[in-house]
Amino acid sequence: MDLSSITPALLLASLMVAATPILLAGIGELVVERAGVLNLGVEGMMITGAICGFAVTIETGSPLMGFVAAAAGGAGLALLFGALTQVALANQVASGLALTLFGLGLSSLLGQDYVGLKPVQTPAFKIPLLSDIPFLGRVLFSHDLMVYFGLGLVAAVWALLKYSRAGLILRAVGENHDAAHALGYKVVRIRILAIMFGGACAGLGGAYISLIRVPQWTEGMTSGAGWIALALVVFASWKPGRVLLGAWLFGGVTVLQLNLQAAGLAIPVEYLSMSPYLITILVLVIMSADKSRAPASLGRIFHASG
Amino acid sequence: MKLTHILASAAMALGLATTAVAQDKTKVGFIYVGPVGDGGWTYEHDQARKAVVEHFGDKVETVYQESVPEGADAERAITQMALQGADLIFTTSFGYMDATINVAKKFPDVKFEHATGYKTAENVSVYSARFYEGRAIQGHIAGSMTQSNIIGYIASFPIPEVIRGINSAYIHAKKVNPDVEFKIIWAYTWFDPAKEADAAKVLIEQGADVILQHTDSTAPLAAAQNAGNVIGFGQASDMAEYKPSPRVSSIIDNWAPYYIDRVQALMDGTWETKDTWDGIGPGMVGIGEITDVVPEDVKAEALALKETIANGEYHPFTGPLNKQDGTPWLAEGEVADDGTLLGMNFYVEGLTGEIPQ
Repeated sequence: MDLSSITPALLLASLMVAATPILLAGIGELVVERAGVLNLGVEGMMITGAICGFAVTIETGSPLMGFVAAAAGGAGLALLFGALTQVALANQVASGLALTLFGLGLSSLLGQDYVGLKPVQTPAFKIPLLSDIPFLGRVLFSHDLMVYFGLGLVAAVWALLKYSRAGLILRAVGENHDAAHALGYKVVRIRILAIMFGGACAGLGGAYISLIRVPQWTEGMTSGAGWIALALVVFASWKPGRVLLGAWLFGGVTVLQLNLQAAGLAIPVEYLSMSPYLITILVLVIMSADKSRAPASLGRIFHASG
Repeated sequence: MKLTHILASAAMALGLATTAVAQDKTKVGFIYVGPVGDGGWTYEHDQARKAVVEHFGDKVETVYQESVPEGADAERAITQMALQGADLIFTTSFGYMDATINVAKKFPDVKFEHATGYKTAENVSVYSARFYEGRAIQGHIAGSMTQSNIIGYIASFPIPEVIRGINSAYIHAKKVNPDVEFKIIWAYTWFDPAKEADAAKVLIEQGADVILQHTDSTAPLAAAQNAGNVIGFGQASDMAEYKPSPRVSSIIDNWAPYYIDRVQALMDGTWETKDTWDGIGPGMVGIGEITDVVPEDVKAEALALKETIANGEYHPFTGPLNKQDGTPWLAEGEVADDGTLLGMNFYVEGLTGEIPQ
C-alpha cells in the first residue's frame, strides 16, 4: 500500500467535481419536495438534460448554450410531470417513475446521432489570485463555472427558503396546501414553478456529467445519479446545507475509494465500492435524528375543491 | 413489405400456393450487455449482427435486446427470445453463462452461442477471442512509452478473462521496462461512463501516464485527453475518434466472420457444439492502427510481436513465469495451456494488490 501517492489537494478537488451532479439535482428536488410534490423522475430529467445539453453544445459549439438547453430540457420534461400531477391529478409516485422511464427512452432516441462525438471542452475557470493560494487554490478556486454555480445555488435556495417571503409561501404550500389555498395562494401555479425549477436543476446536473465530467454521450450514462440525489434529499431532512454535505460526502467517498484501490489498500474492493452509500446514509441518518420531518403535504394531491 | 407478407400468407392460407413454401427465415437473436451505442463491446457485436444481415439478406431475420443485466433477468430475456421463435441466440457476455445453460435445457431445438464462457451443452457452443494476445501488444507499447513508470488499469470484474488481460499486459510491459508498476482499479461494471471516467482521473492523479481499460466506454480516453500527455487504447472497438492521441492503438473484436459462419452452419444443418477460442491469427482479434504518437521503433517492435503471435511462433504466456506469491508457474520456454488460461485466477509475479474474490 502506498498512500503517499494520494494527493489530498487533488482528492478534494475531484470531490467537488464528483459531487456537483448530485448536488444540482438534489437541490432542485429539495425545492420541489418543500413545495409538497414528490417527483421520482429525477433520473429521467437528468439524462434528458444530459443529451439536450450535449446535442446543443455539439451543434452550437458553446457549452453555455448547452447548459441552457439542458435546463430547458429538464424543465420541459418536468412540466409534463407537473401537468400530469397538478392538473390531471395523477398519482405522483407512478407519474414520477414513468417520467424516469420516459426520460431514459427519450434520451436514447435523441442521442442516436451523438454517440462517439466529442463536445467542445468547457474551460476551467481559475479565479484570479485566489487560485494561486497553495492547496486551497487548487481545492476550491480552480474549477469550472458549474461547480461555483452549484454552490451558489445551494446558498441561494437556503436564503430564499429561510428569509424571503417567496420561500415562506413555498413552504406553506408544502406544509398545508389547503391552508395556503385558503389564504389565496395559487397552490397549483407555485407547485408547477417549483417542479420546473427542479427539472431545470436536474437537467443541469445531467449535462454536467455529459459535458464536463465524462465528457461524451452514451445511453444511460447518468446510471443512477438521479436516485442518489433523491435519497440525498430525504436523508438531508429537506435542508439545503445538509444536501451539500451529503453530496460532498458521497462524492468524496466515491473518489476516495477509487484512490484507495489504486493505492492498493488491503481492504476488499467490495467494501470499498459500497462505502459511499453506507457512509453517506449513516452520517445523514445520524444527523436527522433531531426533530426535522418531511413537509406535511408531501406527495398529497391537491384540488381546490378539497 | 408487410402488406405483401400478409397477402402472401393469405394466399397460402387459401391454398392457392401450390408449391411447398420454403422454410421460414432463420431467426437469429442477440442478447447485449450494454447499449449498441456504447462504442465498444456491444457496438462490435452489433456490427457483426449487421454483417450477418448484409451477408444473408432476406434469408435471415435478426432480433436483439440491449442492456440486459447479467443475472436472473438475463434468463427471462433469453427465454423470451427463444419463445419468439429464434433459431439461434448469441448471448454476448460472460455473466449470461448460467442463464444460457438453463434456457438451453428448456429449448432443446434452439441453438445457443455464449460468448467468453466455458459451459457447453448439446445445443450450447461457446466462443471467445484471445484478447490477451492483443493485451500483450498493448503492454509492450505501454511499457515502452510510460515516463512515470506507472500504468493505470481499469478492470471490470475479477473473472479469468480480465485477469488474463492484466497478466498479459503486465508481462510485456515489464519485459521492456523492468521498473513498471501497475495500479489497478476494479470498477465492477462493464459500462458506466461516469465511473470509468472517475477511475481514469484517479489513476492519472496518482501518476499513471498510460491507461489500459477493460471496460467498454470511451470515457477513460476522454479523461486521458483532458489530462494531456496521457495515452490509452481503444477497447473492443477501434475508438478512432480519439486518434492519434490519447488512443494510440486498440484491440478490435471482429465477430462478423464467426457469426456468419455459425448462421451458415445452422442453415446447412451442420451446426454442432463447438468451443472456439481464436486470436489474432484467425482475425477474431484485430489490432487497430498504431498512431504516429508511438515512436517508430516501438511501433515496429509491436508489429513484429503481433506477427509472431499471429503465426504462432510466440505465445504471450511463455515461461519462465512465476505466480504472484513467487511459486513457479511456467518453466523456461514452457507455454501456458488453455485450461489454465481459461480458469486463470492469479496474478503473475510483480503485480501488487489482491484479486477480489
